Amino acid sequence: MYPPKFDYYRAGSPDEAVALVQEHGGKFLAGGHSLIPVMNLRLADPGALVDIGRLDMKGISSNGSGVTVGALTTHAMVAASGDVPTALSEAAGKIGDPQVRNRGTVGGNIAHADPASDLPTVLLALRATIHTNGRSIPADDFFVDLFTTALDEGEIITSVSVASEAANTGSAYAKLPNPASRYAMVGAAAQVTIENGVCAAASVAIGGLTPKATRASSVEAALVGQPLNSATLTAAAAAVTNDLDPDDILGDIHASADYRQQMASVFVRRALEAAVSRAS
Amino acid sequence: MGNYVGKSMKRVEDPRFIQGKGRYVANLTLPGMVYLAIKRSPYAHAKINSIDASAAEALDGVLGVFTGQDLLNDGVGALPCGWQVPNIKIPVQYALQVDKVRHVGDRVAIVVAESPYIAYDALDLIEVDYDPLPAAIGAKAAMDAGILVHDEIANNLSYTWEIGDKAARDKAFAEADHIIELYLINQRLIATAMEPRAAVAQWNEFTEEMTLWTTSQNPNLTRVVISAFTLQIPEHKLRLISPDVGGGFGSKIPHYPEEILVPWAARKLNRPVKWVSTRSEAAVSDTQGRDHVTKARLAVQNDGTVTGLDVNTWADNGAYLSIVAPLIPTAFYITLLSGLYKIPGIYGNMWGTLSNTVWVDAYRGAGRPEASYVVERLMDLAAQKLGMDPVEFRKKNLIPAEDFPYQTPVALQYDSGNYQGLFAEAEKLSNYAQLRAEQAQARQNGRLVGIGVAGCIEASGPAPSAVAGALGGVTGFWESGSIRVHATGKVTVLTGAHSHGQGHDTTFRQIVADQFGIKPDDIDISHGDTAVITNGMGTYGSRSTSVGGSALVRSAEKVRGKMMKLAAHLLEADEADMAFDAASGNFHVKGSPDKAKSFGELAFAAYTAHSMPAGMEPGLEEDTYYDPANFTYPNSAHIAQVEVDKETGHITVQKYFAVDDVGNVINPMIVRGQVIGGIAQGVGQALWEGAHYDSTGQLVTGSLLDYTMPRADGFPMIQTSRTVTPSPHNPLGVKGVGEMGTIASTPTIVNAVMDALAPLGVQHIDMPLTAEKVYAAIHAANGGGH
Repeated sequence: MYPPKFDYYRAGSPDEAVALVQEHGGKFLAGGHSLIPVMNLRLADPGALVDIGRLDMKGISSNGSGVTVGALTTHAMVAASGDVPTALSEAAGKIGDPQVRNRGTVGGNIAHADPASDLPTVLLALRATIHTNGRSIPADDFFVDLFTTALDEGEIITSVSVASEAANTGSAYAKLPNPASRYAMVGAAAQVTIENGVCAAASVAIGGLTPKATRASSVEAALVGQPLNSATLTAAAAAVTNDLDPDDILGDIHASADYRQQMASVFVRRALEAAVSRAS
Repeated sequence: MGNYVGKSMKRVEDPRFIQGKGRYVANLTLPGMVYLAIKRSPYAHAKINSIDASAAEALDGVLGVFTGQDLLNDGVGALPCGWQVPNIKIPVQYALQVDKVRHVGDRVAIVVAESPYIAYDALDLIEVDYDPLPAAIGAKAAMDAGILVHDEIANNLSYTWEIGDKAARDKAFAEADHIIELYLINQRLIATAMEPRAAVAQWNEFTEEMTLWTTSQNPNLTRVVISAFTLQIPEHKLRLISPDVGGGFGSKIPHYPEEILVPWAARKLNRPVKWVSTRSEAAVSDTQGRDHVTKARLAVQNDGTVTGLDVNTWADNGAYLSIVAPLIPTAFYITLLSGLYKIPGIYGNMWGTLSNTVWVDAYRGAGRPEASYVVERLMDLAAQKLGMDPVEFRKKNLIPAEDFPYQTPVALQYDSGNYQGLFAEAEKLSNYAQLRAEQAQARQNGRLVGIGVAGCIEASGPAPSAVAGALGGVTGFWESGSIRVHATGKVTVLTGAHSHGQGHDTTFRQIVADQFGIKPDDIDISHGDTAVITNGMGTYGSRSTSVGGSALVRSAEKVRGKMMKLAAHLLEADEADMAFDAASGNFHVKGSPDKAKSFGELAFAAYTAHSMPAGMEPGLEEDTYYDPANFTYPNSAHIAQVEVDKETGHITVQKYFAVDDVGNVINPMIVRGQVIGGIAQGVGQALWEGAHYDSTGQLVTGSLLDYTMPRADGFPMIQTSRTVTPSPHNPLGVKGVGEMGTIASTPTIVNAVMDALAPLGVQHIDMPLTAEKVYAAIHAANGGGH
């Protein structure tokens, strides 16, 4: 519970935050719910923290076609939002516990890129864009590996944007939580659009069980153009096996790699079923 | 029912706790205080070649780094084992290890520094050169590991114990129509009290007095152990204070190494010293619970009569014997194997082993849950084998109400009970027939719905001191209770029982208020400070009300006796013509309620002492040491409904019904709270909790990211009810309640899950029943492969 010594700086603007990190090294501090625990366990010793928690990057705004979520928006705010796609609010509401959701931020969460985190999977499925102080990065390119993102040194996430969800589009997030930590052991996110009784578009991602969340292209391909009945959803969900390399699947005392692999299709199907029920 | 006993008074301690005004050891700050941190072993088993503390000692703000040799040089004694069964081999253990570490988290050195931050920085600078050794792991496997935890203890076998009627057992199994066999693991648990342990010590160099604030369930007992064995500070020069303590569940019974290290450092450095355990540290230093491997057989007749039970258990004690570790799997376990049932031939045998893991001691229920789990799993398997309903099967074997007091074949004599009434209430509360009808419907729809039942017994309120002594106890198990009536009619109550969440302040006020016909607000309960309470035994084993409460009743009777004499004297009446009116608190002449002296008048008169009866001393205070005549035997019948998600193996607890007979009840709200909290803890063992050590002895579940605690969202609303058969041998007629829920809920839930899986032919899964284990069992039953 006693971290190694560190210096603390509070930034007044994103540019100042970047300048402080360049000058002193160290890490950006947002909600602190990933960083502070590893510092307390002395697994991280950043030397300096640059607090970006008070920057003006908090809140959710919608312009009708798209929704922008500021990087410092808390999980609790996302969970309560009616503007973001359902899968995103649903996933945010399943993160940790109320204290974590009231402190933890969207930007901090995805910058940390924990493989068991919920948001990367959802942002992949929603084809989100991650905006930084210098550029915009599609979610597909943002998550690189275990705890690794496309962010450069000194680059800071400012917001995340996703398309608004039309009435004929529905999305959902289904999760097999680690019973202790409630992180995802398997997490599946799906968004489907229905036109004239068939699937016009499908976007599906699977995470929690691999070093980084993965787009389930085989599942998507099995859905588009099909009527979304129980048989097609089950068959499509089963195709997730093709999107997972068995050698990549993580295992631990709570769920072996073998079990997680078998649960992948179950939770993809559950996410699809809920998404379809929400697209009317 | 009196004015207060039997009523759901709100807990007087809650406003303080709810508002964050509790006073815990970690809240204590003393002038000049410095901080202690402990260098712990990263290995389960290793030789210590050398310790280089030079860099740590050189760090600014470090007052000193000390090793086991420093303690030995000062003559600090080894930690004793307070429960010595015959032929036990007790490993020697010191507060700091000198040449070998024997579990992850074992103590190697301490740092004392001006701030906790500096202390932890210094820990990182201590270089310990280890030779790692292979680890002996597993309650049974450690015996055959070929690796000795302590060189002097062969096969890592510290003790054995057996009890029962061998001949009756052999006859039962020879004549049995059916023999039900079961091999089970009762997994290791980590207590995880909400408040981690902590200690603060202050040495007075002039009076040579030591004050130690510590998170103990039994400060008086720990003081005796420190004085007699470890630091050997004279008992009258050592004051222990356990202020508010945030839960213990048994893990705060033992005398811990930190209770040696902190005061030792305080005296050495002549500075107040503080240590507060981190949560990670707690996982590798607090005593853990359970950890049995058991092979058991049940002998059953075709008509459903159980005739015999044979149990062999291997119990892991960890790397060292904690203070009462050998009691738990012996006299608190095998003696409970009769359960609620009349079984003529019972025999139990156990092996107490050592391993390269954290030590094991009492954990809520302590031996009794392990016994109930064995019995209740076997009862379910037997009912299933005979095609009988599990409730009907149990009812057939219950000890008849007219057989009490009932002598079991495993030493105990149950005091009172009405188990038929208990089961009738459970069937009524749960609407059992309806539950079964709904289950049949659900099964037709392909759902895996299960109903579990368990009937459990506890021996609570330890214990007659002579019995404890005969069974290996180094100490007795009485409790002290003193009543000090002040001149103004206010009352201070001193008890050796210690409240660490149980609500003693409220329960004991209710008891004492009714003894005198006064208001609870006129009474204060004092506990936890050895400068105030001279002697006491503490709180564990669901004993505080039956033993500690009874001591208070006896003291109240003595006080009332004196007041009666004084009242008769002042009213110029014959004592034989006097009566006490508990409703008003008046002592009056029989038939003349107006010729009376009130409690307050008599208290004042006793201290002015202007007119005392001949030979009576002034003052109004009395002490009692109450030694119970027997254990009390609370009992329970719990019924639960669960549903298993066929696709994932995930279990949902849908309904829970608990009927408990804890004898007379002082505060129904507190009793219900104890039952519900206990149920949550027992369901935790059934479904979620488990300390997992890998083959090298690393604790994989060393943090709450991996050790699954029960949470509110895992439970339905729990419905409770009671039957009441008072204990005949204590003045309150109470039995224990603290552990009953924990004992009953574990088998209830496991039986429910096995009932859900019964159509698939699944017979047993070891706890915790994780989704993956259940999924694998379903999958295997469905033909395996994928």
